[in-house]
Amino acid sequence: MKGPFQAVKVTDKVYWVGAIDWDIRDFHGYATSRGTTYNAYLVMADKPTLIDTVKAPFTDEMLSRISSVCDPKSIRTIVSNHSEMDHSGALPRVIELIKPEKVLASAMGVKALNAHFHWDVPVQAVKDGEKLDLGGERLAFIESRMVHWPDSMFSYLEGAGVLFSNDGFGMHLASSLRFDDETPERYDEAAKYYANILLPFSDIVLALLDKLAKSGLAPKMIAPDHGPIWRQDAAKIVSLWGEWARQKPRNKAVVVFDTMWGSTDKLARAAAEGLIAAGVKTLVMPLRGNHRSDVASELLEAGALLVGSPTINKQVFPTVADVLSYLKGLRRKNLVGAAFGSYGWAGESLKQVQDALTEMGVATVEPVKCQYVPDAAALDAAYGMGQKVAARLKEAMR
Amino acid sequence: MKKYVCTPCGYVYDPAVGDPGHGVPPGTPWEKVPEDWSCPVCGVGKDMFEPES
Repeated sequence: MKGPFQAVKVTDKVYWVGAIDWDIRDFHGYATSRGTTYNAYLVMADKPTLIDTVKAPFTDEMLSRISSVCDPKSIRTIVSNHSEMDHSGALPRVIELIKPEKVLASAMGVKALNAHFHWDVPVQAVKDGEKLDLGGERLAFIESRMVHWPDSMFSYLEGAGVLFSNDGFGMHLASSLRFDDETPERYDEAAKYYANILLPFSDIVLALLDKLAKSGLAPKMIAPDHGPIWRQDAAKIVSLWGEWARQKPRNKAVVVFDTMWGSTDKLARAAAEGLIAAGVKTLVMPLRGNHRSDVASELLEAGALLVGSPTINKQVFPTVADVLSYLKGLRRKNLVGAAFGSYGWAGESLKQVQDALTEMGVATVEPVKCQYVPDAAALDAAYGMGQKVAARLKEAMR
Repeated sequence: MKKYVCTPCGYVYDPAVGDPGHGVPPGTPWEKVPEDWSCPVCGVGKDMFEPES
């Protein structure tokens, strides 16, 4: 079981024993351009305890890292903070191998694990606020329902002050380095993770942050299940999560579109010039080169969304339909915006885009459409649309 | 009677059906659902529900 993989010491008693996924580029539809890690943690109390595991194909890597610290069979307790398979996938094999005394999860976690593995493992439910003596160390459990699954739970190691936050405060970033201060990419990736995974649950995030603040816990470190461990900027990432959850509009516009013969592209660029002239930081994202998850990421710290689509066989262009469906699910609040597009015959897509934006709660200005290729008047209209969106954004930011 | 939707998970509370598995008999209007009741699917409280549009 020993192998080349080593644990990384986090505190005197806590070791990182996870796995690095250098390969993954598509994480259930989220573009993970820098790969990810699946973090598992070993607490070397009198009763060694494993907190979360890894995605199933990485089980050997985790066991090898554990073996660099102790015999995996000496682990007495396994805590599952989150049932999603990137953290629970290794559980069946690990439980069979080490035969722990206890496997613990939240009440919702027990249900979710059973519904994943259809096993006869007696997973025990722990309650919010319950504490567990590990022998010399104490672990407290904090339910974090819908941040981001019903089963989600944090575990807090008292004394050392380590908050094991499952997907909370995480990010997709494969690195040989384990700590926040060693990974300068951390804020871009943390923002992308929030935008794509947590955004729909922002009200619950705010309630959870409030609960944590009132709990009197003062975590010295936050150890999530993906990406670096926050040992330097733990307070800062908590505060950033609060800002992202509040979704205040900012002076930035994102223009997304696709195009068939370049006409919707021309409208997009004219609209962008209108925004730029009005002083709005503007990002133009043609969907042939930008992934839906990067659009979501850029929108996190924006205030305006403009969406353009040509009409193809009476429909929105497929890439635009994809991004609209995705963004609708993320339930971004407080956006202003507009719909635009070029068409050949009747231009059905414009209404479809407009309706989608309205359904998302985007406060829109008059849409702009043009038949075939935009002339000077159509480009002026698109420019004017950009300026009107800019004006609405300035009002929204007041 | 008005239905209520769980904003995180989409579960719909239908007063005609209630939630008999968790002590809410059929015919219970939203206002009479106990304050400590939680979504049977994702577990969040009543405050996270919105009237169905």
